[in-house]
Amino acid sequence: MWQKGWMRMNPWIADFPILAADENGNRLVYLDSAATTQHPTQVLDAVADYYRRDNANPHRGVYELAMRATDAHENARHTVAKFFNAQDDEIVFTQNTTESLNLVAYSYGLHFLHAGDEIALSVAEHHSNLVPWQRVAAATGAKLVYLYPDEGGHLTEQELDKKITDRTRLVAVAMVSNVLGLRAPVESIVRHAHAVGAVVVLDCAQSAPHVPVDVKALDVDFAACSAHKLYAPMGVGALYAKRALLDKMPPFLSGGDMIAAVHEQTATYAEGPRKFEAGTRNVGGEVGFAAALDYMTAIGWQTLQQHEHALLKQMLDGMRAMPWLTVYGEPTADARCGVVSFNVQDVHPHDVATILDAGGVAVRAGHHCAQPLMEYLGIGSCCRASVALYNTPQDIDALLQNLENVRKVMGL
Amino acid sequence: MNLNELYTQIITENSRSTANRHPVAGATHSLEGVNPSCGDDITLQLRIADGVIQDAGFIGSGCAISQASASLMIDLVKGRKVTDAKRLIGLYFQMIKGKITPQELDELEDAAALQGIAHVPARVKCAVLAWHTLEEVLDKAS
Repeated sequence: MWQKGWMRMNPWIADFPILAADENGNRLVYLDSAATTQHPTQVLDAVADYYRRDNANPHRGVYELAMRATDAHENARHTVAKFFNAQDDEIVFTQNTTESLNLVAYSYGLHFLHAGDEIALSVAEHHSNLVPWQRVAAATGAKLVYLYPDEGGHLTEQELDKKITDRTRLVAVAMVSNVLGLRAPVESIVRHAHAVGAVVVLDCAQSAPHVPVDVKALDVDFAACSAHKLYAPMGVGALYAKRALLDKMPPFLSGGDMIAAVHEQTATYAEGPRKFEAGTRNVGGEVGFAAALDYMTAIGWQTLQQHEHALLKQMLDGMRAMPWLTVYGEPTADARCGVVSFNVQDVHPHDVATILDAGGVAVRAGHHCAQPLMEYLGIGSCCRASVALYNTPQDIDALLQNLENVRKVMGL
Repeated sequence: MNLNELYTQIITENSRSTANRHPVAGATHSLEGVNPSCGDDITLQLRIADGVIQDAGFIGSGCAISQASASLMIDLVKGRKVTDAKRLIGLYFQMIKGKITPQELDELEDAAALQGIAHVPARVKCAVLAWHTLEEVLDKAS
């Protein structure tokens, strides 16, 4: 009966083999999708089918199988481009968001930033959109300028007015913070940045799974994402960059497949995204990425967002009734995408996560690769529960019930 | 996982105990131990004279397991010879690996309360932080 209940409330669970109930009817309550999502059968099959039927080294052979592999690679690029409303020749395949952002840091930052320039970035950035800029700053003499959120966790117009100045050449910001879960005012950030001639690097790792990202409407210069947070395999990511920027940037990694012609002393490079795709790519992963985006598109944003909003509202309503629990960032479902970070009074997040795990509930605990934000919030670490389309109201009930148990277990 | 075996009364109470949570006057040794992945951070201070741990204390922050383990360790080794303390550290690591006899377990006194961590691999690093830090101090001291 119970099994039928959650199947009825969530038609997508059956697509995710890892979430199937065991012989006792127990099902993993997976609330760590902000770290990585689980994969539907449609994605797993697409990857297996590629290796069963179409695998060869793309762009190399002239035989039919190699053509099929090349098509798989380029068709996946088209699907990714469509998902972000970009052109195919503006999408570079990488291994993840981190590599996408490093590509921008190395090929743009190191070559186009200079001493005295300023890089503006939010203190809430994930280390992957922070440490590369520290290295660019150290190498070029540019200066890092941090944007700080208000008490609710939002970047205000006043903060943008103050920090994005004539010296600003690049603004690096996450569209959705992986800790606070709040959407950044991207439109206003882009307006401020472009008014002073700065480029905007948007980290979409946490936004792309939960809200449409239209890179043209947002008018960002760069955008990065990871497939593995979008129901697709690990080891694939994408970078969007305006074509004019890709054209003027030197290569990142160099070697096979990114060249036009190589001589003993010199080489010329391929054009467009291929200039940045050195070596054999993860085509199987890219095929899985495209299958996952097709899967999401078939469900539709409205359905997905309504579903996740209801789960977040249920979670935040339940947490509001727990006076010994603190939620970080504006505690409303309307303001949030995917994640709720919190702490239980007088209990370390790792103990909370262990106690929840004993109840079959998987949440993340730690600094979430955002140590400067933890320092800014005055905490060492926190717990984070995150939702995806396969979560159910029963999952949230399980979280809330097990949270009630935490302080009791700790003898408080 | 049985939570009652992991978060025993000895562990929850010692995680909040202030008895050993203090700097040591006239400390001869001080060393910080950190788990970078979870932020457990303790600084161990000892006064060692004539091959004996005369006094010991710690300051820091972290999860209940790391904090209780530091406190229980200090209860166990304070007043002992350095050589004895080193042997007990070895027994503690044996216990964490699940390879200890009942007689050896008795020697660890209340620190034996951390035996249950052997079944929780994700938390082993919390349970051994203070002990690895002490081992490093004693290796330098002798």
